This record gives sequence, structure tokens and C-alpha cells, in this order.
Amino acid sequence: MRRRTALGYGATALGAMGLTLFVGWWRVDGPGAPEAVASLPLPLTEMDFRLTDHEGQPVGPETLVDRPTMVFFGFTFCPDVCPTTLSDISGWLDALGEDAGQMNVVFITVDPDRDTVETMAEYVGYFHPAIRGWTGAQDQIARAAEGFRASYERVPTDGGDYTMNHTASVFLFDAAGRFVSMIDYHEPREFAVPKIRRALEEETEGAT
Amino acid sequence: MTKLTITMLATLTTLALTTGVALAGSEDVVVDDAWARASIGMNRPGAAYMTIRNIGDEAVTLTGISTPLAMMPEIHETTTSAAGVSSMAPAGEITIAPGEAAELAPGGLHAMLMQLQEQMIEGQSFPLTLNFSDGGNVTVEVPILGFAARGPEG
Ligand SMILES: [Cu+2]
Repeated sequence: MRRRTALGYGATALGAMGLTLFVGWWRVDGPGAPEAVASLPLPLTEMDFRLTDHEGQPVGPETLVDRPTMVFFGFTFCPDVCPTTLSDISGWLDALGEDAGQMNVVFITVDPDRDTVETMAEYVGYFHPAIRGWTGAQDQIARAAEGFRASYERVPTDGGDYTMNHTASVFLFDAAGRFVSMIDYHEPREFAVPKIRRALEEETEGAT
Repeated sequence: MTKLTITMLATLTTLALTTGVALAGSEDVVVDDAWARASIGMNRPGAAYMTIRNIGDEAVTLTGISTPLAMMPEIHETTTSAAGVSSMAPAGEITIAPGEAAELAPGGLHAMLMQLQEQMIEGQSFPLTLNFSDGGNVTVEVPILGFAARGPEG
């Protein structure tokens, strides 16, 4: 009986979600999509935004200069891509061993309405201890995303809920704040660690 | 003794009613490596993964899923655009050709568990029923792994 009820809800939801999806597709990948801007992230030194980390400390792009940096965008209500990316990053940091301690690793939420400082603190606590969680005002998140050339969009789902489409790549910067490369979501795992090592090495080269 | 037999018969009958009505197709469905991540509280949707294999000689079509764990379970697909933007959408019906498998894995297809009725706790498990177009169902017990799990091995 309970199963039947659940199925009923599912069928109604499927219809409602179909429309939402079509609208979402139209705007994101379909004919309604804005022209893809193939520009690279700005150097961290040219970015300008003010956020708060998961310990309540004020942070900005300047917080990240002087050490190599890894940044990615996501949201804690994300069931699939975000926990997977955080698990992957935790694995890469484990593979880097002690070198991981020389890096800034930051997860910036694109959903600050739900991702408060406390929420971010709880969430990052499940992953590698080097990972910091940043949140803040909507306009500051927007400025951060603009600097990284990342995009995100709130997409309504059934029952007044919503999910977020967002750039899932991981951005790498050297210690001088210059963009080095990015790790795409579907890139084989074995390419990631060498890319991170490259960002770490550019620090050494810059220092000599 | 008699009582036990009756109970067993009743259980078998129930099983026959829920799974046995399947026509040829869904009887030949085998589910491997099911797993899910633990949830933080009950407000966020959960996700479950598995490999659904069709070992028969007719195509089978997965039309939906159900579970007492979530009010709105649905098969979703995550796609990542050329520009690196990830989005998630209901996958619709999934047809599995004979000898083929549908892979539900992170970053692709997943069983999206919306409106959780209970928190998903590591070490526990929950039943998930796959509904097929021939009217048959396959129920699989999904173990709940850690929140940071990456695959069926943890
Ligand atoms: Cu989903």
C-alpha cells in the first residue's frame, strides 16, 4: 500500500519535473543557452570578493596567494557530483601526502541560502581536513564565480525545492596566484595528481 | 511446526505475488554492487548506485523505482557540458538490451532519493524496488556506506 502511494507521488512528480527539465535544458544546453565563454580564470590577485570560511573567518582571493591553490564550486544539497568531487579531492590529497599541507583547498558554495557557515563546517568535516568551505552573500559568490569564470544556476524542482547546476571543474593556481590548469569532472583520476604536482612545482620555480 | 510452515508458505506466496508475476523480461534482471552514501540529516536528497544487468534474451525497460526510505525516488542522470557545467535531470525510462547492463555510478545515472523519510546511517541498509515495463519488480537491499564513499567497496 505504501509502495503504491510512493509510486503515485513519483508519477505526478515525473510529469512536473519533465517540464522543469525541458526549461532547464533549453536554458543550459538547448537553443536558449547563452554563448559559451571560453575564457580562463583570472589570476587570484585580480579577483575581488569577500566571503566567510567555515570557521567564521573573513576570507577573499588574497587569502589564497603565497601557496598553491585548488578551488571548486558546489553545494551541500548536491547528492551526486559534489560528494564525489570532495571524495576525489580527499583521495588526491591523501596521494600527495605531506605536500597536501602546502596547499589551499577551497570548496565555494553556489547555494549560500542553504549553505550557512555552520552547514559548511559540518559538511567539510566529512572529508580531508585540508578542505576549507567558503560561503557568503549572494553578490559576493557571484563575484567569485565571475573571477573563476565559473557558472551556476538555480533550477526549481518539484515541490518548491531546487537544485543547482554549476561548474564542476577543479581550478588549480600556483603560489603566485596564477591559473595553472583545471581538472575536469570526467578526467581520469590518474591525471589529477600530476596536475596538482605541477601547480606545487611552479611554486618552487617561482621561489628560485 | 505447522505454524512455522504456514508462515513460510505465506512469505513465499507474498514473494511470488510481488516478484513472480513478472513476465520473461524482468525475471532475468540481476542487480550487483548496490551501495548508497550515508546522509547528513534528512533534508538533503540521497543517492544510490548499482549495476542492473539483463541476463535474459529480451530487452527490459526500467520504468521507475520505489523505496520506503524516500517519498520521491527517481532515476536521475548527471550530465556535464563541454563548458564543465554539471546538471541533473530525471533519466526517464531505461531500456537494457539482452546481455547489457545499466550502470548507476557517481557522475552519471543514480537513484535519487528525494524526501527522505529517515536518515541514511552508515552500516544500515534499505530495500529499493526497481519497476519494469512488463509489470515485474526486483527488490534489492542497498547497504549504506560512509558519507565520503566512492564506490561499492567504500
Ligand atoms: Cu539526482
